[in-house]
Amino acid sequence: MKRSRPNPATAPSDRLPAAAAAAVHAAIDAQHGQPGALLPILHAVQDALGCVPPDAVPVIAHALNRSRAEVHGVLSFYTDFRSTPPGRHVVRICRAEACQARGSRALEAHAKARLGIDYGQTSEDGAITLEAVYCLGNCGCGPSVLVDADDLRAGITPAAFDALLRELDGACA
Amino acid sequence: MSASVRVFVPGDASALSLGAERTASAIARQAASRGVDLELVRTGSRGMFWLEPLVEVEIDGGGAPWRIAYGPVAATEVEGLFAAGFLQGGAHPRRVGAPEALDWFRRQQRLCFERVGVVDPRSLTDYLAHGGFQGLRRALELAPAQIVQEVTDSGLRGRGGAAFPTGIKWQTVHAAVAAGGADPASAAGTAGAFVVCNADEGDSGTYSDRMLMEGDPFCLIEGMAIAGLAVGARQGYIYLRSEYPHARRALEAALAAARDSGWLGGPPGSGRHFDIALRIGAGAYICGEETALLDSLEGKRGQVRVKPPLPAIRGLFGRPTLVNNVITFASVPVILARGAAFYRDFGMGRSRGTLPIQLAGNLKRTGLVELAFGVTLRELLYDYGGGSASGRPLRAVQVGGPLGAYLPQAQFDTPLDYEALAAVGGMLGHGGIVAFDDSVDMFEQARYAMEFCAAESCGKCTPCRIGSVRGIEVLERIRAGVDREANLDLLQDLCDTLRHGSLCALGGLTPDPVRSALAHFPEDFVAPHVDHPGGGHARIG
Ligand SMILES: Cc1cc2nc3c(=O)[nH]c(=O)nc-3n(C[C@H](O)[C@H](O)[C@H](O)COP(=O)(O)O)c2cc1C
Ligand code: SF4
Ligand code: FES
Repeated sequence: MKRSRPNPATAPSDRLPAAAAAAVHAAIDAQHGQPGALLPILHAVQDALGCVPPDAVPVIAHALNRSRAEVHGVLSFYTDFRSTPPGRHVVRICRAEACQARGSRALEAHAKARLGIDYGQTSEDGAITLEAVYCLGNCGCGPSVLVDADDLRAGITPAAFDALLRELDGACA
Repeated sequence: MSASVRVFVPGDASALSLGAERTASAIARQAASRGVDLELVRTGSRGMFWLEPLVEVEIDGGGAPWRIAYGPVAATEVEGLFAAGFLQGGAHPRRVGAPEALDWFRRQQRLCFERVGVVDPRSLTDYLAHGGFQGLRRALELAPAQIVQEVTDSGLRGRGGAAFPTGIKWQTVHAAVAAGGADPASAAGTAGAFVVCNADEGDSGTYSDRMLMEGDPFCLIEGMAIAGLAVGARQGYIYLRSEYPHARRALEAALAAARDSGWLGGPPGSGRHFDIALRIGAGAYICGEETALLDSLEGKRGQVRVKPPLPAIRGLFGRPTLVNNVITFASVPVILARGAAFYRDFGMGRSRGTLPIQLAGNLKRTGLVELAFGVTLRELLYDYGGGSASGRPLRAVQVGGPLGAYLPQAQFDTPLDYEALAAVGGMLGHGGIVAFDDSVDMFEQARYAMEFCAAESCGKCTPCRIGSVRGIEVLERIRAGVDREANLDLLQDLCDTLRHGSLCALGGLTPDPVRSALAHFPEDFVAPHVDHPGGGHARIG
């Protein structure tokens, strides 16, 4: 059976703020024509809103004719998806072996102490969300850090990390 | 006025991480302020990271143009380069000469990576000018069974890790489609097979997929299109990990260009009707396992499926599905273009052809080395890699990603060959080599292996999900000297359970790095100051 296009009027989006609801519907409209559309939809929502708000789950489930539990199960399986917006910058530190061999363990400890947070948390001033990542494909040049969408950095020593924070701070101001 | 000079600066992610964008901008600014007419071409990387950002300039010295390279060139050095007349190949401390003439480069056998670092990855014209689509052109003249035969005869084995013979897999899918497929009433409703490229490249120490996709994306597209012809598929997917934003952009541009020019998505019957959709993963290592990848493509949690049925028989949306790694597909065009025998002549034993080897971790000269199978670890670590970056002695290497064993100095003479590595308890995997100097704490590496398993388990098997967490605790007790002998026994039991009670290699092979670390570096599994009289080093005398 072919699935018909979901009718936004009957979709359970009432709990989302209007702008967020519009973004969710736009993501669904753009992606739902392809087989296995759930991940592309979730990515599109997060690209637009910085996260996948829990209230988007019933809307997406309705559009794909799947249960909320199923959509929630997928959402929680993948570490990329978050339910609340991140800080102004997302800093992802590579934890994997090739970076360990170039000093990333010291970087990890330094970054957490310096920001006073653990992985998955956001600094008190809302500037930095710190995340762990397992390999960025920059294994010859570590310790590697990915800033926001695509700003890849090499050789991040603790001192270079502090310089990076100052740079990001300047970029925010 | 003479034609503009062509200058090449990599747009490869590693080169960018080392400042290539700033260097490229500085070159453009300098050229503008000096009124120099210059064409700036963004390429992939040659794979010599210690020389990145590597700037190359095309010299027109009669005959075919050739290139002179300078590296590493920081943005602040660009003005000096212009002053030194680098556009004419002028002398400068950063001048390294013709890249192909460098010893490090000349000794390689670049088949798969022939164009990477050379061509503009966004330019189909450049691709065609460098031998692109010759493999597909030949494939279009062959019957599907003949294409499969050619791949079989080449001896190519999957480069994703399991090293399964590629021709046999293609033959299985081809036969499954001929037999009518597994599930005509599948959810997607499409007849025929799917071709899926595994671009999840999750192993630490590996980046050849990334470099190929960023530096020569049309080569992957060509390989997949040939596979489409061979197995009778109309639709392909590339499942790319989300950690690779630069590869994503390169693929998007190349797919659009291939479609615009009719190499993909042509009319039915044209032989070019195959098309490829790009899908992005979401940060789950296990989605590199092919059946978890298929579930993820279907919009599900990425959980490993029980085999059989093989994906070749019943894969994506229930259809026969060919899953291969990026480098596997990218090796196919040259096999078709130059013939199975040409490819097969490289290599040793049952490992035929070339392998793009990735030197990573604590080495002076990290980067991509493509060589025929058979080179030893020692040659790679010292001749190519130049020894440790830190200047301290190398102590251990991990080959084949997070599930690969740690090998000590005594095993550095092992040749890179699937069987030879297996014989010393190792695994070649995707060809990544991570080197550690003598500051490494092998206990920490063993604990990390268990942590990684716990963090990335898909959750289906209890040994993998729970056993890995128990493994961390047991290791910590061993190090602390608590009931040392009993806990060592317990660790071995736990490793046996993981090995035998796991559905896939994540749980099944996590014991390899743990056990090899313990076997080769037992001194690291003892606390520096052990208070328990019974624990710690057994003292002699
Ligand atoms: C835990 C796990 C992770 C894997 N990750 C990858 C990966 O990132 N890339 C890849 O090509 N193969 C990976 N594989 C191997 C695939 O399951 C599969 O063998 C491969 O994609 C087949 O392609 P090939 O024959 O061309 O190597 C992984 C396997 C396991 C068990
Ligand atoms: S071994 Fe681990 S990752 Fe593999 S199927 Fe079992 S639970 Fe999933
Ligand atoms: S291990 Fe850090 S980038 Fe690969």
